[in-house]
Amino acid sequence: MTGFLISRRNLFLGTGALMTAALPMARAWAEDAPRGGRLVVAADSEPRSLNPAIVASNGVFFIASKVVEPLAEAMLDGEGGLAPRLATSWEGSEDGLSITFKLREGVTWHDGEPLTSADVAFSAMEVWKPLQNLGRVVFANLDTVETPDAHTAIFRFSAPTPIQLIRNALPVVTSVLPKHLYEGTDIAANPANKAPVGTGPFKFAEHRPGEYYRLTRNDAYWGEGLPKLDEIIFRVLPDRAAAGSALEAGEIQLAAFSQVPLVDLERIAKVPGLKVVTEGYEALTYQLVVEINHRNEILADRKVRQALSHAIDRDFVVDTVFLGYAQAATGPVPQNAPQFYNPDVKPYSFDIEGANRLLDEAGYPRGEDGKRFSLRLLPAPFFSETRQFGDYLRQALGKVGIDVTLVNNDTPAHLKAVYTDHDFDIAVGSPVFRGDPAISTTILVQSGIPDGVPFSNQGGYANAELDTIIDQATETIDTEARTALYNDFQRIVVEDLPLINVAEWGFTTVASDTVLNVGNNPRWAVSNWADTALSR
Amino acid sequence: MHRALTMTRRRIVSSIPVLLIVIVGTFLLLEAAPGDAVDAYLLSLGGGDAGLVAELRQSYGLDQSIVKRLTLYVGALLQLDLGWSVAFDRPVLDLIVERLPNTLWLMGAATALAFSLGSLLGIVAGARPGSLTDRTLSIGSLALYAVPSFWLGLVLVLVFAVDLRWFPTAGIETIASGKTGLARVADIAWHLALPVSALGFIYLALFLRMMRAGMAEAWRQDFVLSARAKGLARRRIVLRYVARNALLPLVTMLGLQAAAMLGGSVVVESVFAIPGFGRLAHEAVSGRDAPLLTGIIIVSAVLVIAVNLLVDIAYALLDPRVGSGEVAP
Repeated sequence: MTGFLISRRNLFLGTGALMTAALPMARAWAEDAPRGGRLVVAADSEPRSLNPAIVASNGVFFIASKVVEPLAEAMLDGEGGLAPRLATSWEGSEDGLSITFKLREGVTWHDGEPLTSADVAFSAMEVWKPLQNLGRVVFANLDTVETPDAHTAIFRFSAPTPIQLIRNALPVVTSVLPKHLYEGTDIAANPANKAPVGTGPFKFAEHRPGEYYRLTRNDAYWGEGLPKLDEIIFRVLPDRAAAGSALEAGEIQLAAFSQVPLVDLERIAKVPGLKVVTEGYEALTYQLVVEINHRNEILADRKVRQALSHAIDRDFVVDTVFLGYAQAATGPVPQNAPQFYNPDVKPYSFDIEGANRLLDEAGYPRGEDGKRFSLRLLPAPFFSETRQFGDYLRQALGKVGIDVTLVNNDTPAHLKAVYTDHDFDIAVGSPVFRGDPAISTTILVQSGIPDGVPFSNQGGYANAELDTIIDQATETIDTEARTALYNDFQRIVVEDLPLINVAEWGFTTVASDTVLNVGNNPRWAVSNWADTALSR
Repeated sequence: MHRALTMTRRRIVSSIPVLLIVIVGTFLLLEAAPGDAVDAYLLSLGGGDAGLVAELRQSYGLDQSIVKRLTLYVGALLQLDLGWSVAFDRPVLDLIVERLPNTLWLMGAATALAFSLGSLLGIVAGARPGSLTDRTLSIGSLALYAVPSFWLGLVLVLVFAVDLRWFPTAGIETIASGKTGLARVADIAWHLALPVSALGFIYLALFLRMMRAGMAEAWRQDFVLSARAKGLARRRIVLRYVARNALLPLVTMLGLQAAAMLGGSVVVESVFAIPGFGRLAHEAVSGRDAPLLTGIIIVSAVLVIAVNLLVDIAYALLDPRVGSGEVAP
């Protein structure tokens, strides 16, 4: 234990220069918070795997991010928007063919083994690149990972890879796994996928299926004075009303990811001792979009799509569907992504007359019954907001003479209908912006994607100019030039409307006043909660 | 006793084709539902490329034809292997063994509540058919029967858990409490009080009305008339003559209700976050998990068949007229 402390002190001396100005401040603030206590949190589902290196999704991160750590985490005022975790620095080469990571020293796995560059190399080559849902895209060109010493990992790529993309992807795609537990096993079936072993501030203790997950304090955590809590319990509460009742009754102290529905927020906010926190989801922005099937020849006409966009009152949607907990969208990149957001794109105003005019011009005059044509609308069942927006859209389009039939499906049926069978005219979807357009945003409009890929362009849209820009951006090393390409990307998407962006929203957290440091980083709900504390 | 054994044997033989139909039917129904287990999983995955989707389908065995999958499944089933749940990535048997006891406790307690309180109130109502008590109880029970169980559950939570804090809002026992023995039993009973009430009160109405109807009919029977003519006390007539004869159909009802309650537990288990069988069935359907759903349905079918068998045996023991025809000479 003593040896560990000394090495940790050395580490702080050695890497102090690398720390950004904001970090010591955050540390001092965290140190003021009291230690100890058990935090009970609502969880609405139980992921089938708790391995964030294979399944990089919010459902897995929500629990596993406290146990398994990435190379870096998002941070509002950190350098490049990042706070170091298992890596203390990262640097890309001029030619974009390699990136060198320096790893934190003195970090141990929960079973006592030391963390080395071999773990990172193994995770990258054997897990992130071949197995992970997002890593398969981000690390497609990763050739080898060299490990000149125990704390240096050099990623070598077969084609130029923008450091900007890798940096933005770090918090999501780089959860490091212990090589000594995974090497030589069937990685997808390893028992550690259900009982993860990591380097994080909390150790995985037990899972009682259908009841709870229990995490306990990692006394050997590398962060000084961290974590604050002794224990975190994720209590499984599948019913939407259950989380609210359990908060009110004081049985749980926190419910994240809007588990308390928006309609209950106003009432809950008035309960003494409870607070509603909207921060902590800035890097997890969900986008409300209208997906369009361009195989329908009416919708293949740009004027019709523009008319659709003009027919939607985005402010009304924000106020009524989201009760104000959202922002009207202007384009495919959300406004809270300052690195990429292009403020110059011209948003579509709510303009019924303009919409009517465009539809007339496109050659679809109103018939005798006042209707121009009919469309089949499939609202995604993922959120109550996506379903409610479907109801609104039906009415809004009815006002400009478009007869809309709603087709409601459950999740698997919806995914099959839209992304495999293309059996829709318009659909309501909710893609996620994951910090960089190349991760899960450009795929929404790019052509040439095979059938069956979820949350991608399955509407048959093809625009050669847009495809070229997207391809260029994936190999443009220069950050400025790359950002400029994405500015063009946004301009073209807004002009040509392969899909219509309506609103963008984060989630809300409801917590007891006793829970401290809630929402203090842009991926808070899926970050490690090392500084989360309970006041006495 | 010999009669009961014969009946049991006959029932088991006749239930085999029923089970086969249930298995094939479940498989076909899930196949007919649009989207498969991979589609269901993709949402929680948040996306992936074409290769990942194909690999998942292959690892789930979904790239094979339905006939092949059904043959494999039935083949494994004959070796008493219930298969592997794709949605939970665990053996189906483990999941069922884990969840079934919770549901049995819930259903058992709710049935006991509905049956005992229902028949008791039915006796009160049927003692004087047409009286004010009778009318009040009948209308009250009808109103209760019309209430959806999830709504009753939510109201019970708001009143008794959130406002009064007499009972916990959800769960089967205090989390990570480390309680054992009697303390644990008491803890589980305390947690089950509200869900059992939500489920039991709804079915109570059925037993009440059936008891009352049976008693109203019994009052018109000759043996009641003769009992009254003999000058027996009213209380004795009500309990020993009228109620006793009206009780028999309730036993039949008990068997039928077992199946209905298994369905009702889906909702109540979700509202109260009880890791039970009903919730598991719900998760199996939304995950398009054919092996799990089929496993659940098989176990449920066996359960219902067993309960009905027990009811029939009880019936045969209670009423000598029943079952005599089934005894082969």
